[in-house]
Amino acid sequence: MHIKQELTERHVLTLTVDNEAGTLARIAGMFTSRGYNIDSLTVADISEDHAISRITIVTRGPPPVIDQIIAQCERLIPVHKVTDLTEAGPHVERELALVKVRGTGDQRVEAMRLADIYRARVIDATVNSFIFEITGGPDKIDTFVALMREVGLVEVGRTGIVGLMRGAEGS
Amino acid sequence: MSEDFTVPEKSGAEILIDTLIEQGVDTVFGYPGGAVLPIYDALFQHKKIRHVLVRHEAGAAHAAEGYARSTGKPGVVLVTSGPGATNAVTGIADAFMDSIPLVVLTGQVATNLIGTDAFQEADTVGITRHCSKHNYLVKDPADLASTVREAFAIATKGRPGPVVIDIPKNVQVATAATDVKRPTSSRFSPAGEADYAEINRAVELLANAKAPILYTGGGIINSGPDASAALRELAELSGAPVTSTLMGLGAYPASGDAWLGMLGMHGTYEANMAMNQCDVMLCLGARFDDRVTGRRDAFSPDSIKIHIDIDRSSINKTIRVDLPIVADVGAAIRQMIEVWKGRKYKAAALDDWWARIKGWRAVDCLSYPGSTQEIMPQYAIERLFAATKDKSPIITTEVGQHQMWAAQHFHFDAPNKWLTSGGLGTMGYGLPAAIGAQMGNPDALVIDIAGEASIQMNIQEMATATQYRLPVKVFILNNEWMGMVRQWQELTYESRFSESYSDSLPDFVALAEAYGWKGIRCSDPAKLDEAIAEMLAYDGPVMFDCRVHKTSNCFPMIPSGAAHTDMILHSDEVSGTMDDEAKALV
Ligand SMILES: Cc1ncc(C[n+]2csc(CCOP(=O)(O)OP(=O)(O)O)c2C)c(N)n1
Ligand SMILES: [Mg+2]
Repeated sequence: MHIKQELTERHVLTLTVDNEAGTLARIAGMFTSRGYNIDSLTVADISEDHAISRITIVTRGPPPVIDQIIAQCERLIPVHKVTDLTEAGPHVERELALVKVRGTGDQRVEAMRLADIYRARVIDATVNSFIFEITGGPDKIDTFVALMREVGLVEVGRTGIVGLMRGAEGS
Repeated sequence: MSEDFTVPEKSGAEILIDTLIEQGVDTVFGYPGGAVLPIYDALFQHKKIRHVLVRHEAGAAHAAEGYARSTGKPGVVLVTSGPGATNAVTGIADAFMDSIPLVVLTGQVATNLIGTDAFQEADTVGITRHCSKHNYLVKDPADLASTVREAFAIATKGRPGPVVIDIPKNVQVATAATDVKRPTSSRFSPAGEADYAEINRAVELLANAKAPILYTGGGIINSGPDASAALRELAELSGAPVTSTLMGLGAYPASGDAWLGMLGMHGTYEANMAMNQCDVMLCLGARFDDRVTGRRDAFSPDSIKIHIDIDRSSINKTIRVDLPIVADVGAAIRQMIEVWKGRKYKAAALDDWWARIKGWRAVDCLSYPGSTQEIMPQYAIERLFAATKDKSPIITTEVGQHQMWAAQHFHFDAPNKWLTSGGLGTMGYGLPAAIGAQMGNPDALVIDIAGEASIQMNIQEMATATQYRLPVKVFILNNEWMGMVRQWQELTYESRFSESYSDSLPDFVALAEAYGWKGIRCSDPAKLDEAIAEMLAYDGPVMFDCRVHKTSNCFPMIPSGAAHTDMILHSDEVSGTMDDEAKALV
């Protein structure tokens, strides 16, 4: 007997939650205990009084599982609202990455040139290294990081995705 | 600094007790220890709350479940930190699976010691996070009252469940102004009435069905006695047959004409066949559990499915339905009745459907081989039912064959009379649950139908019954086997009975006497009625060691991974092995 694999879809969910102890553990742990995937998760408080946080989760699963994930999130007491940006329509996704490369001579010139094309900014430089700051969709960052690998990548830090609906309305 | 009027301050422990009283709590099941001593001291000084001292914290949680399930009120548990809390976890997980409202108060080490591996420190909030509906760590006595109020609301409203409040010892001792009224949050708003558009559609489907069925569950019991009454009316109006999950028994009376018996793995042939063949299925407060559906892709393949549930996450979780309705099931049934009557629907002509059901009933799936030499376990339940049915008893069970036989052969005409561990399947549930039920219903006849293996898991609670003079009866179907395990081994593992024999059993009669109970033993079918009468006549706790046929199996049975139509009716149809796909299913 073999374990069967199912076809999955990628969805970006945003959750509005009470900013209290344990909320993040409750949500992340629910994903683990029910066997759901988390590709990335970001969290920061967003209200003036610091009472409310917004969490963006990128997850993956067959459509009925995505539906369950949303329902299970909504069932948690500190979760006020869950929006599936992928379902809801046009939206933007952005991620920020810090990318450190080391090199001299041609390698260094090439790194600069590529950074320019990808609109990455230099935020730290030494004679043999750069740290670039780049924002964009996850594909753009993936590609940029792959290119940097060719020219001396040392390490990468990524924030994970945040997303908002397009247009004038809030989600 | 000093003002004319000073706000009275109270300790966290006193605030806690005051708030429990304000919430209408009269009984607490608990066990003391270092981290809850301030609360126990406050309890000692207040006489309004009855504390039931259990003998193990798992017993406290199950007793609170029994109290809650039989009274409809939330059960309250009080245990110490560390081992007190971890011992209670099984009961918390059990209540979570079966949607039982509990408020569990756990002591915790002082806030300045949290995280230092202090004596009797355990991460209670972490451990219970995913087996409770919600939990809290309270760090300031000023937050206690509002936390307790919210906890009771969360435990009891919507789909009920256990809520844990972890209270560090210094928070119990520190004082806070008692008039601090934190705004009670509105963050918890469970579903109420259903949308009328959806109700109209549901009524229309039901009224036009040629082969409808009402598939009911524990949600109806949780919704309250009104929901059970409404269900009876809807069944009457629609003329549809009714079946129920293990958790929902009693919502529709077993003596009612429309009753098909329980469905699922050990359900009746007629219930499972009707589920399979129906054209409209109305699922009311049940959750398409794997014990009910059997093989999912073969589950009721041609029916239109309507699902009414208060928990949106129960809908489309395992089975996709055509008309999901998120609402309190009692309210939704009332709305359906209102619409049905308003539109003057008539029950459809269901003669053909009932004729087919009659055919399935004729199979007489619950029949079993009789014996004059030995007590057949099914016979024991039948006789117990016959002797007690007029007393409207509360029945609890342990887990195993005896539980399924009780579900099949004991019949319930009212809700809140059947307390069993359905979702988690916890051996050791029945005795403490009976104690809790007896505390909440002092005049009721409370019987735990037990197995000789399960009863040993919380046997220490016999002392609790003795101490509080609770006349609970424990009726053990003693087959000297973990019968349900033995049955699976016989059916799936070619009778390799690995570790399922109940060796070195205690003498249950002597044990009963050692605890101050009465002990009765019976192994002769001819003397069974008399022995049961003796048990019932005794004004005090009784342990009844009913020696039954040792190797009986519980049928009918849908083997795991099989379709409803592949039901095994009798032992001669048993194969003795299974493929790996089936073995991998629980
Ligand atoms: C705490 C716990 N451990 C193990 C099991 C697995 N289990 C299910 S039924 C059963 C045997 C129960 O034996 P007994 O109480 O004698 O009941 P019988 O089936 O013989 O009626 C076991 C071990 C369980 N349900 N709960
Ligand atoms: Mg047994």
